[in-house]
Amino acid sequence: MELKKVGVSGTLESSDVMITLEPGNGGIEIELSSTVEKQFGNAIRREILATLESMGVNNARVTAVDKGALDCVIRARVKTAVCRAAEVEYNWGGDGQ
Amino acid sequence: MRKIDLESIPYREELHEINKVFNVKKVTKNTRTLAEREIHHNKIVGSLEEAEQRAGLKNGMTISFHHHFRNGDYVVNMVVDKLAEMGYRDLVLAASSLTDCHAPLIKHIENGVIRRIETSGLRGKLAEAISHGLMDVPVVFRSHGGRAGAIEKGELPIDVAFLGAPSCDPYGNANGYIRDTAEGIMCGSMGYAKSDATYADKVIIITNHIVHYPNTPFAIPESDVDYIVKVDEIGDPAGIMTGATRYTTNPKELLMAELASKVIFASGRFQDGFSFQTGTGGASLAVTRFLKDKMLEKGIKASFALGGITGSIVELHEQGLIKRILDVQSFDLRAAQSLRDNRFHHQISAGYYASPYSEGTAVNQLDVVVLSALEVDTSFNVNVLTGNDGIIRGAIGGHPDTSFGASVSIVIVPLTRGRIPCVVKQVNTVVTPGKTVDVVVTDHGIAVNPLRKVLRQRMIDNGLPVYTIEELQKKAEQLVGVPDPVQYTDKVVGVVTYRDGSVIDLIYQVKD
Repeated sequence: MELKKVGVSGTLESSDVMITLEPGNGGIEIELSSTVEKQFGNAIRREILATLESMGVNNARVTAVDKGALDCVIRARVKTAVCRAAEVEYNWGGDGQ
Repeated sequence: MRKIDLESIPYREELHEINKVFNVKKVTKNTRTLAEREIHHNKIVGSLEEAEQRAGLKNGMTISFHHHFRNGDYVVNMVVDKLAEMGYRDLVLAASSLTDCHAPLIKHIENGVIRRIETSGLRGKLAEAISHGLMDVPVVFRSHGGRAGAIEKGELPIDVAFLGAPSCDPYGNANGYIRDTAEGIMCGSMGYAKSDATYADKVIIITNHIVHYPNTPFAIPESDVDYIVKVDEIGDPAGIMTGATRYTTNPKELLMAELASKVIFASGRFQDGFSFQTGTGGASLAVTRFLKDKMLEKGIKASFALGGITGSIVELHEQGLIKRILDVQSFDLRAAQSLRDNRFHHQISAGYYASPYSEGTAVNQLDVVVLSALEVDTSFNVNVLTGNDGIIRGAIGGHPDTSFGASVSIVIVPLTRGRIPCVVKQVNTVVTPGKTVDVVVTDHGIAVNPLRKVLRQRMIDNGLPVYTIEELQKKAEQLVGVPDPVQYTDKVVGVVTYRDGSVIDLIYQVKD
């Protein structure tokens, strides 16, 4: 999926993550700041990458401000940001795009 | 008067110090009034500097402080600033605890005024700097009971104690409140200072409020006090205590508090005349509320409540539900006022509270204690000292003392805090050994120490959600995943001691 503009999702509340996505310069670039960086920094990066990959996104700049979000929250926020940045409707009924 | 020949006294060598004859010329009677004596004949010295010199303070000596002013304390920084200015070096700072407001100590550690620290806990910038390797000599952490025991046994000898007091008379009777006016500083109990005052070589009271003799009932008696210094300010009331500690409204904490109270009801200890302590922390404090309702319903009265005392305990006392309060530290204004006004709200020293060397110590008379924790592991070991990032951010307090003393010790801990698991395979720092921890209460159910088989069965019989501690740990892991381990260097920055002074764990410098 190709990103067309900046897409944002999530909040800065505790246990949430705020994802900002924009078209990249070829490849995936992640800038992460997290309250649990030491313990879960790698896990968060892995989760973001895997979610982008599952949606066929391979050219994006990701800014993630994490306040201790669980993996399921990270996935949901990344998916929503991708849909907004790619200007596609998210199918809430299924597990698709 | 009869002429006395000392040589005529048989066996005089056995009568110790009987070696001089009375000389009437040495007796000079002071006929001044009390008011005049208070002004002209007292222990008040002109300045902190003078008190330090007269106390004979030398480089390398041990100075002590109490933490009853919590985050509003001015005394530690004021005294150490002065000592630095006077050129003292290599001092040992033995405080009953240190907190955020003591960050200025960093510069005195860097410039060599403070060589090492003994404390119950550390927080804020000072804690972070020490965790990052600020000091050459590791900090020694002691529980409140462990510290009192070490002072009693001479393992922690104090040369000069600098004890802030909200009121003091000209002879040294000191208190944590002022009886005659509603103004001024109020900290309530001075329990931790009492042990220092009894055992320190020299005791200097630092007060902003001199009252008339006799300042009774006193926290610290004049017989323990050498010098008094009057200063303008000893603390910031807002940092010392708030009006009354409010019950938490956080639903997760209330859920855990209610579950913990059910554990108490099912424990077999909830009967007339029982004794208890509820520690700090939202959930642990809120247990008192659930206790109260059940006590009224069942017509049960507690013989005593112990520990850090809050307004909620005072409320039960004033309603006749708790007969006596033993108060080593007052947590809010309501508790401090009650200490001042209620006959059976009694002030006790750290040693009376929790010394490991007395069978009669108050913690040993506890039926139930409810405590909080940063982390608990599958061996029931508890950490209240280091955060999930390995950085020091807490205090031992009376955790290991009460956990050991109480017949049922209950530790409340959420299964996770945000993404951080709090029931883990191995805690960062062991403060309280699992052998003395009986029930762990989480927001996802409870676990009972397998050593307490009868207790566990009682919980099951009463329909409580009992799991194994391993099941709770796995549940936490399923929710948040497995964190990467904290990275440490091999430099020891903290030595954690158990109540008897033995080393129970080490804290290492964190890697940046």
